[in-house]
Amino acid sequence: MNTPIRRIAIAVMALILLLLGNLTYVQVVKAGDYRDDPRNQRVLLAEYARKRGQISADGQVLAQSVETDDRLKYQRQYTDGPAYSPLTGYYSVIYSSSGIERYADPVLNGSDDRLFARRLSDLITGRDPSGGNVVLTVKPSVQERAYEEMSKKGYEGAVVALQPKTGEILAMVSTPSFDPNPLASHSSGTQQQAWKADNNADPATLPNRAIDQTFPPGSTFKLVDTAAALQNGYTPDSQLTAAPNITLTGTNTTLENYAGTQCGTGQTASLREALARSCNTAFAQLGGELGADKIRAQADAFGIGRSDLSIPMPVTASGVGDLPDTAAVQQSAIGQRDVRLTPLQNAMIVASIANGGQTMAPHLIKEVQGPNLDVIDTTEPDRLGRSMPAGVASTLTDLMLGSEARTSGGGKITGVQIASKTGTAEHGTDPKNTPPHAWYVAFAPANDPQVAVAVLVENGGDRALEATGGSVAAPIGRAVIAEALRGGQ
Amino acid sequence: MAAPESTAARPGGANGREGGPVLPTGRTIELLLLVFAAVIVTGALVLVEANQEQELTPTLLYVGLAYLVVLTLAHLAVRRFAPYADPLILPSVALLNGLGLVMIHRLDLADQDRAALLGQPVPDSLVFKQILWTAVGLALFIAVLWRVSDHRTLARYGFTCGLVGLVLLALPGLLPSSISEVNGAKLWIRVGGAGIQPGEFAKILLIIFFAAFLVQKRDLFSTAGRRFLGMELPRARDLAPLLVAWGLSVGVLVVERDLGSSLLFFGILLVLLYAATERVSWMLIGLGFFVIGALIAYQLFGHVQVRVQVWLDPFSDYENRGYQIAQALFGLGTGGVGGTGLGAGRPDLVPFAESDFIWSSLGEELGLIGLASILVVYLVLITRGLRSALAVRDSFGKLLATGLSFAVALQIFVVIGGVTKLIPLTGLTLPFLSYGGSSLVANYALVAMLLRISNAARAPLTRRPAAPAVPIADAGTELVQRPAVGPTTGPLPGPTGGRP
Repeated sequence: MNTPIRRIAIAVMALILLLLGNLTYVQVVKAGDYRDDPRNQRVLLAEYARKRGQISADGQVLAQSVETDDRLKYQRQYTDGPAYSPLTGYYSVIYSSSGIERYADPVLNGSDDRLFARRLSDLITGRDPSGGNVVLTVKPSVQERAYEEMSKKGYEGAVVALQPKTGEILAMVSTPSFDPNPLASHSSGTQQQAWKADNNADPATLPNRAIDQTFPPGSTFKLVDTAAALQNGYTPDSQLTAAPNITLTGTNTTLENYAGTQCGTGQTASLREALARSCNTAFAQLGGELGADKIRAQADAFGIGRSDLSIPMPVTASGVGDLPDTAAVQQSAIGQRDVRLTPLQNAMIVASIANGGQTMAPHLIKEVQGPNLDVIDTTEPDRLGRSMPAGVASTLTDLMLGSEARTSGGGKITGVQIASKTGTAEHGTDPKNTPPHAWYVAFAPANDPQVAVAVLVENGGDRALEATGGSVAAPIGRAVIAEALRGGQ
Repeated sequence: MAAPESTAARPGGANGREGGPVLPTGRTIELLLLVFAAVIVTGALVLVEANQEQELTPTLLYVGLAYLVVLTLAHLAVRRFAPYADPLILPSVALLNGLGLVMIHRLDLADQDRAALLGQPVPDSLVFKQILWTAVGLALFIAVLWRVSDHRTLARYGFTCGLVGLVLLALPGLLPSSISEVNGAKLWIRVGGAGIQPGEFAKILLIIFFAAFLVQKRDLFSTAGRRFLGMELPRARDLAPLLVAWGLSVGVLVVERDLGSSLLFFGILLVLLYAATERVSWMLIGLGFFVIGALIAYQLFGHVQVRVQVWLDPFSDYENRGYQIAQALFGLGTGGVGGTGLGAGRPDLVPFAESDFIWSSLGEELGLIGLASILVVYLVLITRGLRSALAVRDSFGKLLATGLSFAVALQIFVVIGGVTKLIPLTGLTLPFLSYGGSSLVANYALVAMLLRISNAARAPLTRRPAAPAVPIADAGTELVQRPAVGPTTGPLPGPTGGRP
């Protein structure tokens, strides 16, 4: 009976070898696939146990991890949460993360390649691995001023301030905003309650209006028309119609100036005057004359339509929509119909003009630091493309000074020349009876631009149907510019 | 009865039987290995505590002490009741059981974390229950060693064991689902909070029965039938027992919806039949039956089809049926070669991580290296059991030891193969590692029997030192008898060992 027992023993060893072979296949050959499968939460969950890096701006800590005595070890804390949450985002055990917390996660959790040497030394010395730090380009004073201006009147909307020469984002505000602190709580009850409240909030608090949503730009889009016109044979003195209303080519639809007024005093108005007075009929005519291709080409040159922009949060693509016929171009030329821009995109347009036609890539991360605050990477300014020659930009700046001179609203800064354009964009199914979006895009000082801003106040702010870009958005824009310039840039 | 190979299989074994120096019992080696196992388990526990940043709680201290007490008592019981037992079997079991306890404790911590995070009440400590079951297992272990002083007595109760085993096996299937069904398989008898899986005990009783039956009827099965392709086929009428066993397995599969047990019973029976008859034709016929049974089961039963589909592609139904196996694979893959370290992974993401899927939990945190080591420990346990089967002198002992060892081997193959997607998943537990009272207690009884058989295999033919040798010239003529093994029977062998 021993021969079969020996054979059985050999068979058992064969079975064990089979198991070992299969284990090798699973844990060595296929290990990478399994580990990196998006449905495998293990890697993500391991991060919660590590000390996460901090997010700071200009020496001010915006988000940091502090040690706790509970089992999750580290608790995320945000200073001045709502003002900065469109930047920092939240970091929640249950609800994942957003903003910089999400898109700079490899740095913050320590897995980024730039931290490799550091990780290696952690491994050798047995130190607990900890994440790197992210320093933002934001100026806290500008950010806080912008948030205060928007929130004190309960405005819905967004403010973006850029350094036009580098593309650094100096401020990015979205209101109403949310407080990321309860979402980072280690009590699931607090997390769930906050998440529910944030998701049910009306108006919504979680989206970052500056980059997540697009809005009709209204008359601010006339800067695009003007830039195209100046490169296609028009001069500031080219004459356009001054009629209070026109009928769109090939239709019965009429298009009229704001409040149905004549554009200036003459039968025709110069391009300079049309931009200063923001005459719809003149720009509809101009758009029709330039045609869809040239408008679209100019829009593309400003970056409109790009879907690959990230700051590092992905920026929703702006767009001019379909332009099937002249009437569509005429409507789109005044920033209506299907033209939709993010506030960041609108800021990029004025920043490009301010920078002599050179569009810089907007970015939020100034530096990446190791856990010891030693700088391991600095973001270099990156050119996105040229929107117009420097001479055209200079002419356009001159025209925008004219626009600023005609813009009402408070907050003008003595001694500082602002180049600007306002917009009052109709929207909704019943545009005439829906409070319009108020826009203000500007840069200053005009001769040596240090800051470019875009301000959007949705649904008329506190002026309802009477709202205009000048009356509602402009004071905020000027306040932000004043704050940015006060910083001694 | 005594096979001539038995002594040759163990070099040096003849020494003791020749009345030379006292045969080493191996108890010192066993003690040292037990200490070694305790050190490894303590080290594993320290790692878990360090990685989870825990402080030593009184409960854990008691569990640890209880584990050490269990090891000590088991060792003392072996010293007392089976002094010549194989010294590697008990340490292997101690190591597996200890690692199981550590992993269950580690998963307890994860459950507590989750409960704290979700604001739910603290769940029961499973490791505490498991150590209680270990104590029960120890009691049965000692009882078997004490009461069964000679394994051959078990042969006398062969048919009783068979009957009781059948009843235990069938009982959950016949009871109403409210008592017997857990997660779709009717394997339980649950009264109040506690439950046992009688199938685990039935497994051992049926192995005793098969061994006793086959020894009795061995000649019958060896009777040659026709020759076919160089094999001697058994006569058709001798197939009846095989058919009965096959029917039993299918019955388990249909009534209790338990693929694993069904496979296990049939496999063990086939191997015993082969060991008893030494004829490969039985195995092939049995495998033929298995294939037919598997095909029929696949055609008829939805749950078998589901198991097979999940096996083929667990990710196609990731959200539902494939979730468990997919998570197990994620865990194993994340662990990779070296593992995340004990207490540093997330094995709790796999449902039933502490019972059916403890293998993937260990694989995630100990890696391929750890799993291979544990497999080697199992291999030591199984081969020492088979070694005892080779060395023991009676056929019943041989068959019983083979059956018990192979039961462990087949069970770990079915479970580990299922968890690692080598074969379709079945609902069985890993002996000594998995959380589960019945499995643990029954396997302690199994090991006690293996130790009993190995004791018979290694012990000198007499318990007492050989009587002072009578000079051969002075000795009266006596009939030299074939020796009977064990302490109970047999005349004293003479100085020459009384070997025929």
